[in-house]
Amino acid sequence: MSAKILEKQQLSENVFKLVLDAPKIAKKRKAGQFVVLRIHEEGERIPLTIADADPAKGTLTIIFQVVGKSTAHLSGLEAGDSLLDLVGPMGQPTHVEKIGTVVCVGGGVGVAPVYPITQAMKNAGNHVISIIGARCKDLIIMEEEMKAVSDEIIVTTDDGSYGYHGFVSQALEEKYLMTGDKKIDMVVAIGPVPMMRALCDVTKKYNVPTVVSLNSIMVDATGMCGACRVTVGGKTRFVCVDGPEFDGHQVDFKELIDRQRIYLDQEKQCYDHYCTCRQQGKGA
Amino acid sequence: MEMKERLKILRQPMPEQDPQVRKRNFDEVPLGYTPEVAKAEALRCIQCKKPECVEGCPVEVDIPGFIALIAEGKFIDAARKIKQTNALPAVCGRVCPQEVQCEVRCVRGKKAEPVAIGRLERFVADYERAAGEVSIPKIENMTGKKIAVVGSGPSGLTVAGDLVQMGHDVTIFEALHAAGGVLVYGIPEFRLPKAIVAAEVDYLKKLGVKIETSNVIGKVATVDELFAEGYDAVFLGTGAGLPSFMNIPGENLNGVYSANEYLTRSNLMKAYRFPEYDTPIVRGKNVAVIGGGNVAMDSARTAMRLGADHVYLVYRRSRQEMPARIEEIHHAEEEGIELHLLTNPIRYIGNDKGWVTGIECLQMELGEPDDSGRRRPVPIKGSEFIKDVDTVVVAIGAGSNPLVQSTTPGLDTNKWNYIVADEETGQTSREGVFAGGDIVTGAATVILAMGAGRKAARAIHKYVMSK
Repeated sequence: MSAKILEKQQLSENVFKLVLDAPKIAKKRKAGQFVVLRIHEEGERIPLTIADADPAKGTLTIIFQVVGKSTAHLSGLEAGDSLLDLVGPMGQPTHVEKIGTVVCVGGGVGVAPVYPITQAMKNAGNHVISIIGARCKDLIIMEEEMKAVSDEIIVTTDDGSYGYHGFVSQALEEKYLMTGDKKIDMVVAIGPVPMMRALCDVTKKYNVPTVVSLNSIMVDATGMCGACRVTVGGKTRFVCVDGPEFDGHQVDFKELIDRQRIYLDQEKQCYDHYCTCRQQGKGA
Repeated sequence: MEMKERLKILRQPMPEQDPQVRKRNFDEVPLGYTPEVAKAEALRCIQCKKPECVEGCPVEVDIPGFIALIAEGKFIDAARKIKQTNALPAVCGRVCPQEVQCEVRCVRGKKAEPVAIGRLERFVADYERAAGEVSIPKIENMTGKKIAVVGSGPSGLTVAGDLVQMGHDVTIFEALHAAGGVLVYGIPEFRLPKAIVAAEVDYLKKLGVKIETSNVIGKVATVDELFAEGYDAVFLGTGAGLPSFMNIPGENLNGVYSANEYLTRSNLMKAYRFPEYDTPIVRGKNVAVIGGGNVAMDSARTAMRLGADHVYLVYRRSRQEMPARIEEIHHAEEEGIELHLLTNPIRYIGNDKGWVTGIECLQMELGEPDDSGRRRPVPIKGSEFIKDVDTVVVAIGAGSNPLVQSTTPGLDTNKWNYIVADEETGQTSREGVFAGGDIVTGAATVILAMGAGRKAARAIHKYVMSK
């Protein structure tokens, strides 16, 4: 089905938010699930986590970072334009229950997918601590939204331009795990793979269960192709149907990083070609 | 023409693209009969009173009937004759294994070669389409019954085509963005041009079938929710879409694909036209394809067309046991695919960047017959060897996708998670829910799925009309 863009907003230099008209998906979607969209006939199938939904209004919010041709093209669409295809909700929803104190960690654009989980954890009656981070102050997104669904919040920047100076993993360790003031029952982390790996290394040390949400390369996202396969606890799993969330202490991050680099050359070729065309005013 | 004369006509060969040319393009391999050649071939049919060929056809096409019309030069009428029982003649004429269905039963085959039924079917379907004279039968007596068809592959398209012509209101729900199922994601352009699938799907739309693409049943709506929305019956034709791997070391290395992924990238996403199309694919120079079926052949021939220097087809049994059609094996060999028979991979070797660089195999020999009746391949001790490859495609079969089964309470499945359905009616353990095609039988052929669809359509009609 196609989907109309109702609203567009730029959240930081390369991060955009789109509100889509998608009543069927908005009604069904749960925290942690994603959609797959296609912009045009020659386009890729792009998986994106659902950042928010309003079942009453029939809207779905997606937040994405421009990393290549497809996301650049997506960022060029405006309210009133339509996506060619939108399918979802895909993947398993987050397992949400009251377990005590939950830390929700979002790195970079990863704050967007961690937001609905944070909200769900809060609604389930947990004490929610949020840690959101980015390279610098300008790249921090959704601070207000996260504050609204958290009991405590720490903002970190790698360069110290805002909040805690350092990585989210360092903040978690220094402020909570090392002090031992508060028993942390669970950590949910979404962000760049190196961030999730560093964070899992820390939580492993303190034996804190940690869930990560993986953004593997996908094609159909219905379990048909296996492009997204990942090794978890020595077993091959499909991120699209078995995930996207897994026990972070069991994920083979080295393999995941390698697999995300499969098409690096082609992606660059495609993006360069797109940028050149755009500069020459030929459109996409 | 006298029968004596007709018996003298030899089976008309199919003109094909030259192997050396076609191995580097994605255009269709067989070029099709001309009207003259088709007429000559049609005259070879002796119009048996009890045509055994029809019995061999899962959808019971009136084979002598349409061939007689070709012999008279009435090509459009011949196409319509086929369409009375087969909504997808251009597809079936290309991908049906006629040599084990209709043509194997042809009496002409006893003394000479059988009539080329498949090629004739393809000819009239293509002729009708090219002439732009595709007729849309008028449907009378709408029943007011709503039927949901899950999956738009061969079984789903057949069910939908049959039921819409019986006057029902039919909607197909397709998970992907294009209709056709395996016909669009699995079978390559050079064997089944996608424009032909699109034309056959378009024909169904003109008949009144509604197609909702990008709708994953089990996710956006469950089978029970379809009933709640007012559907009177549901047909499940979700196919065998779960890729199998061998679970050997190195299978997750970069450059190792499932056949499903490799073919979906190339066919559905048109990665062979990258960067015109955005979806990339690895264009390997030394490619190993694991398996001996039609999907393995399709993968190997795709790899060759993507520019490989060497494509090795690695199969653990011998040529006799290969499940692929003889024609496909023949085409593959003509195009330079190198068969490594009685060879089984045991691990993949990678570099420090996680890319596959080699495949370690064992030589096999055939032992006693196994459950499938084929002689079991047994490893030869100490026969390990390594071959350098940069791409691997694993084409060893597919399993059932659990999305519908896991969200439909009361739907019985077998130990492989295929849906249990009556062979004659497609009836499942749930009232009003029918199933057919690969999701019931496991991975099989297009025409068998269509045959199951035909039977299910009859049963669904009976069911909704008696409600």
